[in-house]
Amino acid sequence: MIKLVGVEKTLGGQPVLRGVNLTIPEGKLTTIIGGSGSGKSVLLKHMIGLMQPDRGEILIDGTDIAHLKGRALNEVRKKFAMLFQSAALFDSMTVFDNVAFPLREKLRLSGDSVSRRVNEKLAQVGLADMGHKFPAELSGGMRKRAGVARALVMEPEIILFDEPTTGLDPLMAKSIHDLIVAMQRQFKFTAVMVSHEIPEIFGISDWVAMLKKGRIAEMAPSSEFVKTTDEEIREFIFVGGPFMGQGQPAASL
Amino acid sequence: MDGIARIGRHTLDLTEQMGRMMLFLISSFAWLTRPPFRFYQIIKQLNFIGYKSTFVVVLTAVFTGMVLALQGYYTLRKFGSEAVLGSAVALSIIRELGPVLAALMVTARAGSAMTAEIGIMRITEQIDALDTMAINPLQYLIGPKLVAGVIAVPLLVALFDVVGIYGGYVVGVQLLNGNEGAYWSSIESAVEWKDVYGGILKSISFGLLISWVCCYKGFHTKHSAEGLGTATTEAVVLSAVLILVWDYFLTSVLL
Repeated sequence: MIKLVGVEKTLGGQPVLRGVNLTIPEGKLTTIIGGSGSGKSVLLKHMIGLMQPDRGEILIDGTDIAHLKGRALNEVRKKFAMLFQSAALFDSMTVFDNVAFPLREKLRLSGDSVSRRVNEKLAQVGLADMGHKFPAELSGGMRKRAGVARALVMEPEIILFDEPTTGLDPLMAKSIHDLIVAMQRQFKFTAVMVSHEIPEIFGISDWVAMLKKGRIAEMAPSSEFVKTTDEEIREFIFVGGPFMGQGQPAASL
Repeated sequence: MDGIARIGRHTLDLTEQMGRMMLFLISSFAWLTRPPFRFYQIIKQLNFIGYKSTFVVVLTAVFTGMVLALQGYYTLRKFGSEAVLGSAVALSIIRELGPVLAALMVTARAGSAMTAEIGIMRITEQIDALDTMAINPLQYLIGPKLVAGVIAVPLLVALFDVVGIYGGYVVGVQLLNGNEGAYWSSIESAVEWKDVYGGILKSISFGLLISWVCCYKGFHTKHSAEGLGTATTEAVVLSAVLILVWDYFLTSVLL
């Protein structure tokens, strides 16, 4: 389980996180929303130790990783995978080699066992025939799918998604959301997603948390979250008009 | 007072950066001693830094040897000492020009590419991706480049020395009709093991210097296209300056 206690972070003299308290439910899809520059990605990077807090605790299954380094941090990271905004595929490798990379480097696997697992994951994300291509030859959506395959291949307990649909058209964004939900339901990993896609995320997330002024202003199951009485939060989530809880704007129903 | 404060601030910044660079180097070597050992990555980098720099190093060596022989011949002729042309060319190349010019060419060709490659990986979050996979980027990315630099540059310098001396031979003996026997025998009698050893020592330290500076600058690239350009420029300029400064110190110790 991921638990953040009083996490504070200042970047360039500007306080970004001002005491974040957050518990991520296990085996569920939790989405963190918030305005641009509110520190959502910074928060996500703290969960996997890419950034260290100035103060506070980041507990991963009871281990505080706030100031862990080197091997001890790597041990905890074995539970994680992350899909970056840009997918962060290694551009000098083919899609197949990208997905195979953690298997070869971490598990020291080779040959058929790698091929089998990589091809299986590529098929699951709908890239069965794309293994030979380089990331530069893929569309934005395909790159994200390849990133999801790489994240899934080690069968992690926790996957972090940093704005997985940024830069994609609405149809492609929906297909990436559907893929994430399908994979999460199938493999039961704990998913934490940072997203701007309102109202869509209310239709796919189990829990929603809102980061506002460096703190978690509200966290609730998706269906409850939309009933919030906080005026600022209501203004933020209903800016495009009211919707009916499954991510569909009311006007279109 | 402002001026003094500014000097103080710059000095502190410089000291901090030097400390960071030193820690970067020590950490990279520390990670190299831990398994898994990445021999394939080292071979790949040897190919990139060493083999792919061969052409430009050979080209530089040929013309350096040729111009040295040309200048040397006309200067030595004034004193009737054309017979020592071979030793003049060989000693200049083995002691100084070989290590320095080969290192500068490797900086321009491989060093700048190293910084750009690592910098792009930093900007596009590929280095963060390595971290999240519990693969240490210093071990996977930087260590092999440091080792390859230390191995490849001395080999390129050895090649430079041989090709440069032959370049001098072509001009001094074949074109200017100097005495072939005198050219080779003056080299044999003048060049000592100490000269060769000094050149190798220099080239090893230059190899480390290039990989170290260029990897560090790439690894700490700021997240923008401008940042990448700045990092690459700084890497090349700093490497080149440090090569010349370090060369002076080593020469003064070795002589």
